[in-house]
Amino acid sequence: MSDELTVRVAERSDLIAAETSEGPQGLQSRSATNVDELGRELGAVLRTSDLTLDPNDVDYERRDDETMIINMGPAHPSTHGVLRLMLELDGEYVLRTKPIIGYLHTGMEKTGEVLSYIQGATNVTRMDYLSPIGNELCYSMAVEKLLAIEIPERAIWIRMMMAELNRITSHLVWIATNGMDVGSTSTMIYGFRERELILAFFEKTAGLRMNLNYVRPGGVAADLPDGWEDDVLVICDTIYERTFEYDELLTGQPIFRGRMVGVAPINAEEALALGVTGPVLRSTGVPWDLRRTMPYLAYDQVEFDVIVGTYGDNFDRYAIRLNEMRESVRIIRQCLEKMPRGDYRSQDPKVTPPPRARIDESMEALIHHFKLFTEGFMVPPGEVYSAIESPRGELACYIVADGGPKPYRLHVRAPSFVNLQAVPLLMRGGMLSDAITVISTVDPIMGEVDR
Amino acid sequence: MIPLPLTAPPGVVTADVLASDLGCFPTIDDYVELVRAFKDDHFEMCVDLCVVDYLEHLTRPLPDDVKATRFEIVVNLLSLSKRQRVRIRVQAGDDEPRVPTLFHLYPGTEAMEREAFDLFGVLFDGHPDLTRILMPEDWEGHPLRKDYAVGKIPIQFKEAPGPR
Repeated sequence: MSDELTVRVAERSDLIAAETSEGPQGLQSRSATNVDELGRELGAVLRTSDLTLDPNDVDYERRDDETMIINMGPAHPSTHGVLRLMLELDGEYVLRTKPIIGYLHTGMEKTGEVLSYIQGATNVTRMDYLSPIGNELCYSMAVEKLLAIEIPERAIWIRMMMAELNRITSHLVWIATNGMDVGSTSTMIYGFRERELILAFFEKTAGLRMNLNYVRPGGVAADLPDGWEDDVLVICDTIYERTFEYDELLTGQPIFRGRMVGVAPINAEEALALGVTGPVLRSTGVPWDLRRTMPYLAYDQVEFDVIVGTYGDNFDRYAIRLNEMRESVRIIRQCLEKMPRGDYRSQDPKVTPPPRARIDESMEALIHHFKLFTEGFMVPPGEVYSAIESPRGELACYIVADGGPKPYRLHVRAPSFVNLQAVPLLMRGGMLSDAITVISTVDPIMGEVDR
Repeated sequence: MIPLPLTAPPGVVTADVLASDLGCFPTIDDYVELVRAFKDDHFEMCVDLCVVDYLEHLTRPLPDDVKATRFEIVVNLLSLSKRQRVRIRVQAGDDEPRVPTLFHLYPGTEAMEREAFDLFGVLFDGHPDLTRILMPEDWEGHPLRKDYAVGKIPIQFKEAPGPR
């Protein structure tokens, strides 16, 4: 009897070991890691042609039992989703980091291949769930480029206004969660309070608060609701005023500054080599914002400033996001002034479904409606790469069309996925507690990372 | 058309892919040299790397001299100083696609190449850590390949004729 019990215990412990064992994806001991990979985990990024990484420089001989490899996540509250980090620690200091992702992988690129171009927007909108408009916009612009159709002026301006509203909501969530990560729990409530205003407007316009499916190939799903000017004006005034409250709450606070100023710096060369975009790149002083440098929609007709930092540290990334909200408000005010009249979607019957009333009186409209929603519209063969500036960086859609009603290949270049590679570099030599602020200021959205 | 960098190796076929982007079609041997030439020509960033499985379009229109293969690597480079993009499309092979890594030129391609390996089974020579990134470690097959079955449960309608 007692023998049997021992056996069962042994089996159970084997099972536990198997469940928690680190496979090839995990952070390995130094002796089992090759030099390139070790350098990457240590955050050594720059490789010029005449400089190779010297194994002696990275303390290759350090004994494994002097350090500790710990696991953080995937369900850690500060990882904003299901990001798992494996950290090698020397006491309280981080030596090596490896982000392990894939916990939210739902095969959206594969799903995109079986959905028609009309349905595709509902799929991509779920990738970066904090900026659904950005995803839809990027996808729709790619499809429109393939179709070679022009969309009406009003649709362009509506898209721009909605994208900027969405940028504000995304940055508000970021400020809220970042505040909570560094211990300012009240910021959490304030950020979500302001976001509610904009989400209510989204609900009024598109019927949904998140995952709107509002921007579609050919235009937008619905015109702005009556009285939208007043709503948007209230949003602009409120948000602009409240950004100064965040200044009081966070910017000058000594504890907040202690966690942010000078922590986790990155320089421009490293950021470029890693392909990092968005606020993280701009914090290093590179004025790269696709809205300005490769304008799309009507961004060349509005005035706004591209916010850049100097030191590339946590505080710069915070300041950039805070000020980008003010710039977004500025853009939205100009949209309010300049919003043209006219159609909110293209009148090409092969792309845009007819209005409900037309179906009752026109056979053509009925046929078009039926064809569009059963088969979808055909897109001429070709491939296109279309990029926009999402709140997190360059969000791009690469679509290969083969002439049918569904994309042959739909690839999304997710900014969070690429930016996440900067995490080992940012964490190098920092305290474990700074690791949390690093994840926070890089701002990865796991839905987009894993797709 | 945007002129190629002076250092581009001979034998690289170029074509206008779309009005805004320049497309290059190097062979696997020229691939890294071409990317290096672009990097030296102020293309500071490799923004994207992905794979397309052209199983259903093995004979697709490509510039002359380019032999179409099943797998194609698509690399998007970006020049911040010139505000230009360039797209490099490499024919990677039919059965065992295998290309050299860009990790040593652009360290930021590490995750993208891992993703390409994970979802398409393309091997990248010299990649420091070629493991699955999105799928579980013990997953079999490469899900974004066109011949990878999408999970389906067959449903028989009650009224449908046929054996029960």
